Amino acid sequence: MGASKTHCTTRYCRIRISLAKANFLLPVMALLACGTAMAQLPIYNVGRTPTEAELRTWDNVVGPDGKELPPGSGTAKEGATLYAAKCVACHGKDGEGVFPYRALVGGRGTLNTPAANLTVGSYTPYATTIWDFINRAMPQYAERTLSPDDVYALTAWILAKNGIIKETDVMDKNTLVQVQMPNRHGFYPDPPQAAPDKNRSWLPYWNQAKPAAKSAAK
Amino acid sequence: MNSKLSDRRGFLKRGAALAGLAVGSIPFVNGKALASVTPGLIKGEVDTKLGVTPDEPTIQDLLYGGRSSYEKTVAIDSIGRLGALGLRNLTPLQDSIGVITPASFHYLVSRDLKLPNIDPREHTLMIHGMVDRPLTFTMEEIKRLPSVSRVYFLECTGNSGLAHYKSLLGDMKRGRKDVTVIQGVHGRTSTSEWTGVPLSLLLKGVGVQKGASWLIAEGSDIGRHAKSIPLTKAMDDVIVAYGQNGEAIRREQGYPLRLLVPGFQGVCNVKFVRSIKLVDKPYYLRPEISAYTNLHPDGMATWYESQVGPKSLITFPSDAHKLPGRGFYEISGIAWCGRGKISRVEVSTDNGWTWKDANLQQPIFSKAWTRFRLPWNWDGTETVIMSRCTNEYGDIQPTMLELAKLWGDDRTPPIPASEIEQWWETSSISEFLNNPIQPWRVKPDGSIQDALYNTLLPNPYFPG
Ligand code: HEC
Repeated sequence: MGASKTHCTTRYCRIRISLAKANFLLPVMALLACGTAMAQLPIYNVGRTPTEAELRTWDNVVGPDGKELPPGSGTAKEGATLYAAKCVACHGKDGEGVFPYRALVGGRGTLNTPAANLTVGSYTPYATTIWDFINRAMPQYAERTLSPDDVYALTAWILAKNGIIKETDVMDKNTLVQVQMPNRHGFYPDPPQAAPDKNRSWLPYWNQAKPAAKSAAK
Repeated sequence: MNSKLSDRRGFLKRGAALAGLAVGSIPFVNGKALASVTPGLIKGEVDTKLGVTPDEPTIQDLLYGGRSSYEKTVAIDSIGRLGALGLRNLTPLQDSIGVITPASFHYLVSRDLKLPNIDPREHTLMIHGMVDRPLTFTMEEIKRLPSVSRVYFLECTGNSGLAHYKSLLGDMKRGRKDVTVIQGVHGRTSTSEWTGVPLSLLLKGVGVQKGASWLIAEGSDIGRHAKSIPLTKAMDDVIVAYGQNGEAIRREQGYPLRLLVPGFQGVCNVKFVRSIKLVDKPYYLRPEISAYTNLHPDGMATWYESQVGPKSLITFPSDAHKLPGRGFYEISGIAWCGRGKISRVEVSTDNGWTWKDANLQQPIFSKAWTRFRLPWNWDGTETVIMSRCTNEYGDIQPTMLELAKLWGDDRTPPIPASEIEQWWETSSISEFLNNPIQPWRVKPDGSIQDALYNTLLPNPYFPG
């Protein structure tokens, strides 16, 4: 396959292969990178099939079903140590936020008051959003230095501090998606519309059909 | 830290104090603020020699060219504390000419100033998820594909919002003199000619599977910005762009590859794009939850409101200018809309009593700035000038008070000057996607003031 051969002369591929050698996985890796099931863009014949390993690394944005979550687990207790070491400086000892950084804890029951306090505890409708953001973008200035276990533990700590899960609850691929966030039904339209722009006026949804206001008990 | 009323209010309060920390320490030379890149960090005086062709250029100096040393316009660094929150350079709209923004004046929003400097030979774009053939493309391959060049505006969701005005006020109170409403409050919009591959071409090629309805685009920047975008929009007019105004996209704008999502709020236009995943629902990512949502007084919030409404601004004369005396002037400005073409711009030079159709620069591009012009003889008396636009679907730009009504605020003008701050604080107007008519007050001495944010004019202001 001409096209795939070209690709294996790129620096990226060479690095991959040398890595693979180190792991005595060379035959498998080389096969995935250059051998089987190569597809290209029809008509133009450009592009190549990503390797399994590439797919795994690129496919890291986590959705509400948690399909992209890696194996691993953590509890609030484990998270507390990590949090104290890596997050307090900006988000405060108890997640209250250190000016000008955001609070991660608190705010429940305030959304329909003039003192609304929007935190991932009071506002965010899915726990996966928290996991995803910590995993890809935190801690600021040392982004993507946390292991999956770390991220599960830190998410557990934030959820437990907000009273959403128990201190002892283990967060993993399966339990995280089952967490019921208090503001799960605080947004509309739900699910969000995906209408093409030509069919929608610019007017805010606020001005369109509106569900009943939620109770103050939240 | 309790944020008041909503995210935006919290943002304001946190910001105001931050501005106190930072901007207060900026020294002034001849009344001109020294620029700081990050508030608190003094970078040195704005170097207006930047990009200038030397008086006696060598041939080397001319290989990339420069401008005349008499030209001083620059994109100012962020007013107040907004800079610390990632909102950075503002386009000098007061000096805008035609409809194209030079890349060097393009506004910049970026959490980190540590912009990646990506080697295009190393950059790839992977399209995966609910597709028949997941594929990875090199930049070289992307550039071999059929391309389009289109003129589109970009606009930050928070542009023209109250947070910008508050930030500007804070700076002015602290003596910073290089800030104006036209640039400091409205300057987060720019228009460029963008060149790249229609995303629909790539999506058809990889074979989007049944059931896919959204895509998740992710960038290679430090904060790995990612955003859910409706598939219908992607198939309609989204571009995977590598060219801007006849050259490669600048680093600030996402070199070597970015998404251009025409007419949608800036946050959708993922820079340094490296991954596009086809999925069956939006992913409720942080920039579509903790920010860019609107919390209403009853505790319910709206989300995924992406499309910029019809909007126009008089850029000359505006509060950055002073008219030397009575006589002829050409009023000039820009109008744009996230939904189709601008079809009409009206200008009033008498406080909103009467309106005249302005001339629209041709050709008119969809979802791009349209330049409008109107000849005007100023008789030297005080007046208020303003513009309002209509798009091809008949959507009309609202006044701030009409916007307030849309947001459920029924209080009617006039609002006494003493109550304006209070009105703003308690109004339920969204901080996002603001598109109010911007009136400018022309004073008898030729100076020009903002007549929107610092005052809610009693009638006659846009009668009826
Ligand atoms: C240097 C300061 C800094 C440190 C350290 C830091 N953060 Fe953050 N954090 C931020 C900033 C800034 C934001 C807002 C990010 C943005 O706008 O992109 C944020 C946002 C967040 C959010 C989203 C909040 C919301 O309301 O959506 C979470 C969750 C979070 N951080 C968790 C963490 C965790 C866990 C750690 C420790 C591993 C951490 N952060 C360390 C600065 C920091």
